[in-house]
Amino acid sequence: MAPLVKVEGLRVTARDERGRNSVIVKDVSFEVQPGEVVALIGESGSGKTTIALSLMGYARSGARIAGGSITFDGRNVLGMRQRELSSLRGRDIAYVPQSAAASFNPARPLLKQVIESSQLHRVMSQAEAEAKAVSLFHELVLPNPERVGERFPHQVSGGQLQRLLAAMALVTDPKLVIFDEPTTALDVTTQIEVLRVFKKAIKERVTTAVYVSHDLAVVAQLADRIIVLRDGAIREVDTTARILTEPKNEYTKSLLAAAEPLERTATINALQATSAPPVLEVKSVLAGYGAVDREGIPALPVLRDVSLTIKSGTTLGVIGESGCGKSTLARVIAGLLPAARGEIMLNGVKLPLSAAERTRDQLRRVQIVFQTADTALNPARPIGRILGRPLEFYHGISGDKQRRRVAELLDMVRLPAIMADRYPNELSGGQKQRVNLARALAAEPSLMLCDEVTSALDTVVVAAILDLLAELQRELGVAYLFISHDLSTVKAVCDEVMILYAGQMMEHGSRSALRQRPLHPYSNLLISSVPELRQGWLDGINETVLKEASAGVARPARGETCSFFERCSVRIPGCCDVEPTPFRQLSKGARIRCQRTEEELMQPTVR
Amino acid sequence: MSVDQTITAVEAQAPPRHRVRLPLAGMIGAAIVAFWVVVAIIGPYIAPHDVGALVDDGFGPLRWGQPLGSDYLGRDVLSRILVGARYSIGVAAAATFLAILMGGTLGMLAAVSRGLVDMMLSRFFDGLISIPSKMSALIVVAALGSSIPVLIVTIAVIFTPGAFRIWRALAVNVNALDFVEVARARGEGTGYLIREEILPNIAGPVLTDFGLRFVFAVLLLSSLSFLGLGVQPPNADWGSLVRENMNGLAEAAAAVIVPALAIAILTIGVNLLIDNLPGRGSSAGEH
Ligand SMILES: Nc1ncnc2c1ncn2[C@@H]1O[C@H](COP(=O)(O)OP(=O)(O)O)[C@@H](O)[C@H]1O
Ligand code: SF4
Ligand SMILES: [Mg+2]
Repeated sequence: MAPLVKVEGLRVTARDERGRNSVIVKDVSFEVQPGEVVALIGESGSGKTTIALSLMGYARSGARIAGGSITFDGRNVLGMRQRELSSLRGRDIAYVPQSAAASFNPARPLLKQVIESSQLHRVMSQAEAEAKAVSLFHELVLPNPERVGERFPHQVSGGQLQRLLAAMALVTDPKLVIFDEPTTALDVTTQIEVLRVFKKAIKERVTTAVYVSHDLAVVAQLADRIIVLRDGAIREVDTTARILTEPKNEYTKSLLAAAEPLERTATINALQATSAPPVLEVKSVLAGYGAVDREGIPALPVLRDVSLTIKSGTTLGVIGESGCGKSTLARVIAGLLPAARGEIMLNGVKLPLSAAERTRDQLRRVQIVFQTADTALNPARPIGRILGRPLEFYHGISGDKQRRRVAELLDMVRLPAIMADRYPNELSGGQKQRVNLARALAAEPSLMLCDEVTSALDTVVVAAILDLLAELQRELGVAYLFISHDLSTVKAVCDEVMILYAGQMMEHGSRSALRQRPLHPYSNLLISSVPELRQGWLDGINETVLKEASAGVARPARGETCSFFERCSVRIPGCCDVEPTPFRQLSKGARIRCQRTEEELMQPTVR
Repeated sequence: MSVDQTITAVEAQAPPRHRVRLPLAGMIGAAIVAFWVVVAIIGPYIAPHDVGALVDDGFGPLRWGQPLGSDYLGRDVLSRILVGARYSIGVAAAATFLAILMGGTLGMLAAVSRGLVDMMLSRFFDGLISIPSKMSALIVVAALGSSIPVLIVTIAVIFTPGAFRIWRALAVNVNALDFVEVARARGEGTGYLIREEILPNIAGPVLTDFGLRFVFAVLLLSSLSFLGLGVQPPNADWGSLVRENMNGLAEAAAAVIVPALAIAILTIGVNLLIDNLPGRGSSAGEH
């Protein structure tokens, strides 16, 4: 059978701001057979999107397809004229990008946008197209398929928008669909449902697809073959099963290893056992944004009754979906957003809720590290000065002594001392994150609030940063509040884990307790939603889990009731949505917030 | 050991920083601005005639003694332009600088303080901006009598609310970035936040703003002079030179065109310079 897509010796060059040319895709050749799903996998900058776009004869601005040939369905794509290309893109090849939100016009109803390309290329009549779209909405399990097209983009959730984007791509019955990281921006519990409907749609219509992703576990569920890319060149091509079980290339092996981060040893038990007061204790904090009412309660409460403790020298992981209030929690502890209610104790001493009222020494002992390394460093100041300021501010170290100490700090985070003269935009993402950590370390804190410090980094870099964090903890005895939306990262570094949902603490226990039943219903959903690095995981997923996952978006409940109610498969109507939710101490040592008793949660029927 | 190798392999070194040299257009702009600044300083000393001296009939032709001819009263145009540079550039620059010192500082203060301070300052300047500024300027200058300090302060006050708005808007954007939050969490005061974290990161757009405002100040000064409220005779800024000789455009074109050209060249020079200054690319707004 003739391949649908045949790429030979593809070369793409790009011109940077200084006008120099660099090769971003080097001599890439591969084929895609009809009905096959081929995955392009690699880290950011490995050229996967560039290759995917070139299949449509497209190069992003600044980039140029400099050589090679691409044959699609027997036609030479690179030799096509503009008109042929645009018809190719509209009807024969469809593209599903990462950000659904950015792909829709917020001011037009969804159905109109979904059928737009079919009308533009006159593939079918408007009535036909609309009927087709509605049948796709059914197929993609969108809620209320007949009417959802009348809504506007902001009226549906992120996962639904991503499915609508797929409907838009499939409406013209394209011969090839390119998925470019379609689930990367979604939460795990949302991703799972989207993946499942994508898989079903691909298999049922025997669509040929190119699936671009950085996530091996996701790709393993969908792809027949995997192409591993690095620095614009192909490292390994093989069937999915072979890549997962017997990778030949060293880089593929390191990717596989990084996908399942090994668990760093828990902190020295001696430290945990001390009777000294915990380094941080947060008691029943209520915080949010917006104007405050007469009782001091903000109009948009985000954290409701959150309590936690961190023992000195240990790590508490905070995990939850985006928007559940993780960053807000860090900002509350740092005093950037004073809590409306509750107490924060540092080493047994009550802290003022606002940073402005804390003493310099109290400020020094709690340091915050932000997710986006790009915006966390002042771009107008050299690294030396960025690191020097906390030294001067907290310890009065200046001049030569400061320079020496800056070099020591850089060494501590494994960066060369010459970095001190560089500016932030000259550093890579991982290097910036190291500087970020070094700045916090300069204060010699007893607690560091790490807000998604690894989320913007590639897997292999993440592993290096996690190693560094563990090492610093062993050497300096600093405690971490480690915030992440990624369960495997949290499990890799944390002694204890707290699970947050819509601003409520759902479960708080040791790392090992997460592996023991019973779990809080949300913890259970979260844990079973993380893709596993083996084929067939997606197909073997428990139906109830999926039902929960698709049930919709987190809606902060009013008052003290459970905010997980709408998505919970074991909810008790008339109880969970009216009564304040009690805390329960489970025999495995964890605390959960649920109406169900330990025995009830253990029962398979309830499961 | 192997871990370190992975690190260096993965986090490829970013290219070393290049010290950006001023591009050609920027050099031309700098040369023009430098030229006019020098003229403003030494103008009165190199002027061939006294500004008030009558050297010819009205709208006299170009000749050796008066290379640009004479104006409507018969005064030497070249000398008047050379001396006028001091007023046009000096008054406009001083007024712009003062406006930005007041408006810019308060704008950054409002952005960093947020809350009540921001609200009060914003309301105050909203109020100021709604007063017809040229009109009130006329009244103030007419009441106090025209002198250089009065002109500078009046023009500065007119431009302050605009400067406040732009600087505040720029500062609010930077203020929302994480590095400012980090500094705030460290316990830094407002002064430090403005000086070290905000100002360096809005320098680019803010310089553009300075250039624009400067050009407007030159023009505002000319219109005041036209109404007789600006620079007082026999001295004159370039704007008034254009206006007072307007009637002679047919007989003595140079008396109108050359001061107008001076304004145009200065404007272009200022804009060429600020648009090409290095460091504009490092503004945080681009990230
Ligand atoms: N400055 C703000 N003003 C108003 N609402 C905000 C602000 N910052 C965050 N929020 C809201 O608070 C909620 C929690 O946000 P955040 O703490 O950033 O969540 P996470 O870090 O878990 O993703 C979200 O619904 C978000 O929209
Ligand atoms: S309280 Fe009720 S709704 Fe909430 S998790 Fe427990 S069982 Fe489910
Ligand atoms: Mg966050």
